[in-house]
Amino acid sequence: MRTCLVVDDSRVIRKVARRIIEDMGFEVAEAGDGLEALAWCRASMPDAILLDWNMPAMNGIDFLRQLRRERGGEAPTVVFCTVENDLDHIREALNCGAAEYIMKPFDSDIMQSKFTQARLL
Amino acid sequence: MKPDEVDFVVEICRAAAGLKVDGDKVYLIESRLAPVARREGFASIREMLISARQRKEEKLLWSVVEAMAQGETCFFRGPEMFERLREEILPQLAVRRPTGAPIRIWSAGCASGQEAYSVAITVEDAGAGVLACGVDLMGSDLSERALEKAQSGLYTQFEIQRGLPIRHLARHFERRDEHWGLSPRLRAMVRWRRVNLNTELRGFADFDVILCRNVLANMTSEARERALGQLVQALAPGGYLIMGADEPSIEMPGGLTALEGGLHRLGQARVAA
Repeated sequence: MRTCLVVDDSRVIRKVARRIIEDMGFEVAEAGDGLEALAWCRASMPDAILLDWNMPAMNGIDFLRQLRRERGGEAPTVVFCTVENDLDHIREALNCGAAEYIMKPFDSDIMQSKFTQARLL
Repeated sequence: MKPDEVDFVVEICRAAAGLKVDGDKVYLIESRLAPVARREGFASIREMLISARQRKEEKLLWSVVEAMAQGETCFFRGPEMFERLREEILPQLAVRRPTGAPIRIWSAGCASGQEAYSVAITVEDAGAGVLACGVDLMGSDLSERALEKAQSGLYTQFEIQRGLPIRHLARHFERRDEHWGLSPRLRAMVRWRRVNLNTELRGFADFDVILCRNVLANMTSEARERALGQLVQALAPGGYLIMGADEPSIEMPGGLTALEGGLHRLGQARVAA
């Protein structure tokens, strides 16, 4: 089964996202910030990462930059999922290697649409 | 809603637009008409229908029909079809073209415009050959309200995240307050026109591609046959008619060959002089 790491400092968002992503056929792990996510990735690289932007300890974009420098870190397909909804943030995410970008709030339709565009489905 | 009110709605939809409304799905009719009644200032659906019936108000009747005709839409619905347009159909059409004759495309039943704009984006991505020969792109719908929205090129954050790849958003859209607005250049690629497929269409001819997806399935068999006949008439020889990939099978008129995924092609009937 393919794996997806959900990275968000909100437990509620993680829970909602987990349910949707599990329904799409992924095994889901959770991390509360970028550092925790990095630890997960070093232990076991997931196939997909759903990534919040604003988080304590290490934010999403710094995590993504660091991830791409890790061994095997170019492999995961990264989908941002954040309240940041301006083009500057979107372009920065794409330049750092994100495949897709979800603007909160989201629902299962949007999640499915974005995972499809990221060729995860 | 009472049975006679439901019957009235079913009948005006059939008569005006050839729409097939299922009178058993009262909840669906109510959920579509309640917002219309509110918008038009009536206390209930019942009051609105009484007013529509007694005073035979054209505008109000159309508001009811349009609300019942409203379908689901999103950007790049059925993405495989857009890939095929970009990679195969549009480049092919561009090659066999006399100079100065643009490729003519019609999005029939375009609702709030996502399909027509998805075609516009696809045209842009289809390469220099297609762009060089030019594209005449028309979107049509039964509903003025839908067309107004289409023309505005403004979409909510929810709409913009259904079907539209983020790279296209970044390239072609800008934030406008609470909405996302399509670039003026792409908006200018589409012309809009109100068309009721249930009436006699005049002057629609020589389209190379007609998209009419998930529209005919909601029409009565009589209206569907008529509309389909007219769409085929509007195709250029060798033109393509694109229906929804998951639409229930509809008997197609002669001359059309069904390819896969809702794609049909008219024969090259033009006889060499």
